[in-house]
Amino acid sequence: MIVRSPVPYILILAISGLLAFMPFFASGFQMAFAIGCLNYAVLATAWGLFSGPTRYVSLASVVFFGIGSYTVAVLGEVLPWPVILLISALIGGGVALIVGLATLRLAGIYFVIFTFGLSEMVRQLVTWYEVNVTRSIGRYIFLDITQPQIFWQLLGLLAVVLIGAVALQRSRLGFALRVIGGDETMARHFGLNPTFAKLGLFTASSAIMALAGAIMAPRWTYIDPAIAFNATLSFQVVIMALLGGMHRIYGPLLGAVLMSFLFEALGSQFPQAFSLLLGLVFIVIVYLLPNGIIGRIEELFALKRAVPQSTREGERT
Amino acid sequence: MLEVSNLSVSYGRHLALSDVALSVGQGEIVVVLGANGAGKSTFIKALAGLVTPAPGARILLGGQSLERLPAHQIVEAGLALVPEGRHLFSTLTVAENLSLGAFLPRTRAQASDSLERVFAVFPKLRQRLSQIAGTMSGGEQQMVAIGRAMMTDPQLLLLDEPSLGLSPLLTTELFRALPNIAATGTSVLMVEQNSHQSLSISDRGYLLEDGRITGEGAASDLLQSEAVQKAYLGM
Repeated sequence: MIVRSPVPYILILAISGLLAFMPFFASGFQMAFAIGCLNYAVLATAWGLFSGPTRYVSLASVVFFGIGSYTVAVLGEVLPWPVILLISALIGGGVALIVGLATLRLAGIYFVIFTFGLSEMVRQLVTWYEVNVTRSIGRYIFLDITQPQIFWQLLGLLAVVLIGAVALQRSRLGFALRVIGGDETMARHFGLNPTFAKLGLFTASSAIMALAGAIMAPRWTYIDPAIAFNATLSFQVVIMALLGGMHRIYGPLLGAVLMSFLFEALGSQFPQAFSLLLGLVFIVIVYLLPNGIIGRIEELFALKRAVPQSTREGERT
Repeated sequence: MLEVSNLSVSYGRHLALSDVALSVGQGEIVVVLGANGAGKSTFIKALAGLVTPAPGARILLGGQSLERLPAHQIVEAGLALVPEGRHLFSTLTVAENLSLGAFLPRTRAQASDSLERVFAVFPKLRQRLSQIAGTMSGGEQQMVAIGRAMMTDPQLLLLDEPSLGLSPLLTTELFRALPNIAATGTSVLMVEQNSHQSLSISDRGYLLEDGRITGEGAASDLLQSEAVQKAYLGM
């Protein structure tokens, strides 16, 4: 009933294995672009991990990303790097768990608004703490972590996330999640626990975003709450996932890569009108590609295949 | 096998169901007839644990009381719901929809036996396992919905207006399958507006009006009864 071919795992490992050689011949600009692209890919894939099956649109990506960055800014010179990464994932996941317990019973639209409000709230909280307790609004991050190291960490994280997502989709929990997105009452009737499943996914997805924020932090050297908790990032992640198609594992990844090129082109050609153009792109995607590029491709294939079945249409009542 | 007594449900101050009492024997097909708003859906939801009955209600299935159990434990206890409008997972395949019925531990162990029982009643489904449920006709979807409930290996199958939205021909085909389900020992309890066709395959029937049971009897008697003919059969 469920296909368990190892091909997806092999492909993910092979492609990321090949990409791992990139730092040995790429230019500085190419590396910077690749790192940005990988960061978006991790964030969008993690976003799709939760929002794809549950269809809850979260605008809180930057909350967890920023939590990861701030963990590095605070602990960067105190603890060894792997420990910092672990702590950032734990804090990100822990916050998600608390937030999720409080909000995942909300219906879709309220959840969207809440998550947007959450990112503002966390930004204000951190600002308040920095102003009143540490009495300096910005922090410097000086760590001996090179561009290639950041690249490899993000690449590794992306590979792990993709493999995890494929494994999850093939598991009983993954099946349960697809059902919950469809009809929660019937899911409950057949013994699935929607709240538990949603909470688990939200936590995992948020921990991944926090990890991405932590890995990216050394690139910044200076962060303050306005940089680390910049709400634009949350919207960018949503656009990417929508462009690729949030209902498939590889959709957000595809969207992230395409969008990174688009951001680069827009940012370098029309730096003044960047936000304006971004908004237009958003509208065009939602209007023309409601199910993303992958959804559109699937529709085209489905149309071809559906032809013989249309003869059954007369039986429909 | 199913014994319901003193079942009342209210939504706020509106009393939707008042002191309903009803019984279903093993392998029996029982239909509850009622017009729109008579309380049919509320009755079904109360049995399936989707709405909470007022205190004092008793719902016994094979001696086990269900009135306080959460929805999924009611399924574990042996009562499976086929909801109105079917509620299939339209993006999943038929096979996946069926396997959902066997999600709970007790039912998973018997999934392959249950699947054979489903095929025995609806042979059509065997060829359609890989079809996406949303692309099937209404009658076929109803078969999948009933099949999915049968996968829970239930003692009692609860059908909420199975003929809703089906053409008379498909309804006949669907109703013909129900005695085959009952023959395997699974009881069937359904609520319907389509009284003529449902009574003709049922053993017994109840009449539900304004949340109260106003009549009951053998299905063949109800088919002949003047009151029923006037109220439901439009004769």
